[in-house]
Amino acid sequence: MYRYDGYDSKMLEERVRQFQGQTQRYMDGKLSDAEYLPLRLQNGLYVQRLAPMLRIAIPYGMLSSTQLRKLAFISTHFDKGYGHFTTRQNIQFNWPAIEDVPELLAHLAEVEMHAIQTSGNCIRNTTTDQFAGVAIDEIEDSRAYCEIIRQWSTFHPEFAFLPRKFKIAVCGTLEDQAATQVHDIGIYLIKNDEGDVGFRILAGGGLGRTPVIGQEIFDFVSKKDLLSALESILRVYNREGRRDNKYKARIKILVREAGLEEFKSKVFAEWNILRGGSLTLSQQEIDRCKAYFKDPAYRELENTPVSLREALASDVLFANWYSNNVTAHKRSGYAAITISFKKTGYPPGDVSEEQLLLLAELADKYSFGEVRITHNQNVVLADVEQGELYSLYKTLQTGALEAANLNTLNDITCCPGGDYCALANAKSIPIAEAIQRKFDDRELLAELGEISLNISGCMNACGHHHVGNIGILGVDKKGEEFYQVSLGGSSRRDAALGKILGPSFAQEEIPEVIGKLLDVYCENRTTDERFVETVNRIGIEPFKTRVYTSKE
Amino acid sequence: MAKLIRNRAVESDDWVILQAASGIDVFPALRGRKVILPLSLFLLEEEEARLQLSEIGVWLDSHENIKHIAGRLNDLPLIALNFPVFSDGRPYSTAKKLRADLKFGGEIRAIGDVLRDQLCYLERCGFNSFAIRADQEPEECLSAFSDFSDTYTSTTLQDQPLFNRRT
Repeated sequence: MYRYDGYDSKMLEERVRQFQGQTQRYMDGKLSDAEYLPLRLQNGLYVQRLAPMLRIAIPYGMLSSTQLRKLAFISTHFDKGYGHFTTRQNIQFNWPAIEDVPELLAHLAEVEMHAIQTSGNCIRNTTTDQFAGVAIDEIEDSRAYCEIIRQWSTFHPEFAFLPRKFKIAVCGTLEDQAATQVHDIGIYLIKNDEGDVGFRILAGGGLGRTPVIGQEIFDFVSKKDLLSALESILRVYNREGRRDNKYKARIKILVREAGLEEFKSKVFAEWNILRGGSLTLSQQEIDRCKAYFKDPAYRELENTPVSLREALASDVLFANWYSNNVTAHKRSGYAAITISFKKTGYPPGDVSEEQLLLLAELADKYSFGEVRITHNQNVVLADVEQGELYSLYKTLQTGALEAANLNTLNDITCCPGGDYCALANAKSIPIAEAIQRKFDDRELLAELGEISLNISGCMNACGHHHVGNIGILGVDKKGEEFYQVSLGGSSRRDAALGKILGPSFAQEEIPEVIGKLLDVYCENRTTDERFVETVNRIGIEPFKTRVYTSKE
Repeated sequence: MAKLIRNRAVESDDWVILQAASGIDVFPALRGRKVILPLSLFLLEEEEARLQLSEIGVWLDSHENIKHIAGRLNDLPLIALNFPVFSDGRPYSTAKKLRADLKFGGEIRAIGDVLRDQLCYLERCGFNSFAIRADQEPEECLSAFSDFSDTYTSTTLQDQPLFNRRT
C-alpha cells in the first residue's frame, strides 16, 4: 500500500499542528462556533447527539496491521472500546472529547492516518472497489489513481469551501462494488478501441434527498489528463453550484438545472485552458504510485488444495461460509475473503477493540499485513492462501466474525441512525437487528440468494437505501418514527434507484413486511433469478398488493 | 487609514472602497484618491471615475463573473473579491482564474468576511492582499501563511504540483 515519504509526513504534521492551534483558539473563545465549524469538519469532527464524532479516512479502504493496532489503541483510549465502519471506507469513533481530538490526530499521524476532509463542504475520501488488484475481472488496479486523486484533492486550496460535500469513487473492475454511479464524480477505468486504458468520467450522481445516477461528462480521458479533467468539473461546480439552499447545493442539482449539454460545455471550456498544464500526469508519477500497489510475494499454488476440499466436506458451517464469503482471486491458489461485520445482534459495521486487534493478527498471518474496508461495512483479506482458509475461519469464530451472510439479506448496510447521529429522524440499528433475527437461518438465507438491504435513519441516506434491492428509510411523522420501504435499487454496474412501495410502516411491522416481500419473490422467481431481477421483471405492483392488502 | 495585509506584511490601506449602491455623486469628495468601485458602477461610469479619481480598482461580489472585466485587466491595478461570508468559496476560483488563467499581475484583494484560517488557501489561489475583518488583528493573522510549508497540487505560488518535484 501507499507509504508516506518526508513530504507527506511533514504536511500531515503541519495539519495536526494547525488544528491544535485552531482548537485552542476555539477553546479560548477567539473563534466563534460558526468560524470553528468548517475547520473542525474538515478535520473529521462532528458534534453529535451524545458526544463528538470523529470520522477517520481509510483512503480507498486500505489498512495495514500497524494502522489497525493504532485504531484499537484509539478505541480504548479515546472511545468506549469500539469504532464503526462507514459506507464510504471511513471509520468513526463516537465518544472522543473535543479537546482530545488534536492529540488523537497526532496518534493517527504516527501511522500515516488522518481525518482530513472526511467531512465538510470539500472533496472527501476517494473510494474504490475492495477487490482492486486481485479481482479476476479487472481492467487495471484503481488504487494508484485513487492515491493520485487523494493527493490532488488533499489541501486543494480552491475547493475547500464548495457549495456542498463532494465524493469521488474510482472503479477498475467490471462488477463495480464501489457504487461508482451514485457519486458526485464516478470514474471508470476503461480500455478504448485502440487498446489504451483511460477513464470514463461521470458527474452528478448522488444519494441524499434527491437521488440521481451520474451522467457521462467525459467518454474517454487519457491517464495524463485525469487531474485537469477533475479540476475542470470542480471549478464549474465551485463557481456555479447553488449556495442559496443546502438541499439543492450538490453537483447533481447543478447538472440537472443547467442541463447536461450546457454543463458539459462549461466543463470543456475550463478543460481547454487547464489541459496540458501543470496538472498533466507524467508516466513517472503514475509508475511511482503503481509501485506501491504491486502484487505481494505470491507463492506458486494449486487451486482448491486437498486440505481445503477435506475441510469443506467435513464442516458444513465452513462450507457455507466458503460459498458466501470467499471471492475468486486472480492468482491460482489464493482467495479474497470478506469478513462480515453483520453478525446478528451486533450493530452493522461496529468493530470492537478486540476485533481490531484480531484483524491485525489475521492480516499479518494470512494476507501480507493488509486489510480493506468495504463500502458495505465489511472487511476484506485480499490475499489468503486457499490452504489456510479453514484455519482462518476457525480463528474468525473466536472473534464473533464468522457470519456467513455476505451478500445475503442479513448483510445489511446500515447507518448509525438515531442511536448516535444528530441528523437522524429514526433509529436504524434496531431495525437491522429485528430483520436479522427473523431471517437468521442459513438455509433460508441461501434459498433467498443475493439481496442487498440498506437502511438509512434519515434522507441524508448514509445507509444508501436508494440503491438497496430493498431500501428502508426512517422518517419522522409527528414525532414518531416510521419506515418507508423501496424496491429495486442497485449500486452495481446496473445502478438503479429503488421505487417507493407506498405508505410507511411502524418499526415493529418491518420484519413482517420484509417477509411478505420475500414471499412474493419466492412465488414468482424463475430458476436462479435474483431478487432484484424478479422485481425488475414483474414490477413492484405484486409486492405492493401483498404488503398493503393484507395490512387492511 | 485601516490596516491590511499585503504581500505578507501589515500595511496601511490607501484605497477607499465604495459600497455596492454608490453612484457618481460621491466622486467629488474622493477627488485625487485611489478608489475601488463596485463592478456595476465601474461598468457604467469608468470614464467619469477616471476623470475625477486618482486611480481606480474594481470589486466583484462572490456571484459576479470576471468575464465583464476580462478585457480590461491591463487597466486595473487592483481587483478586490468580496466574501459575503468566509465560507463562500466562489472567490477562490475567481482569483485562481484571474491569476493563473488570465495572468492578471496586479493586486488581488480579499474583502468582506476575511479571517485568519482561510489566508493560506486564499494566497495559494492568487490573492496577495487581505482586508482582514475589522474585529481581527492583522498582525495575529500573519502566521497563517506558514501553516503549511508545501502543497500537493499546483498553486499560484507553486506552479509545479508535488508529483513533479519529489526527490
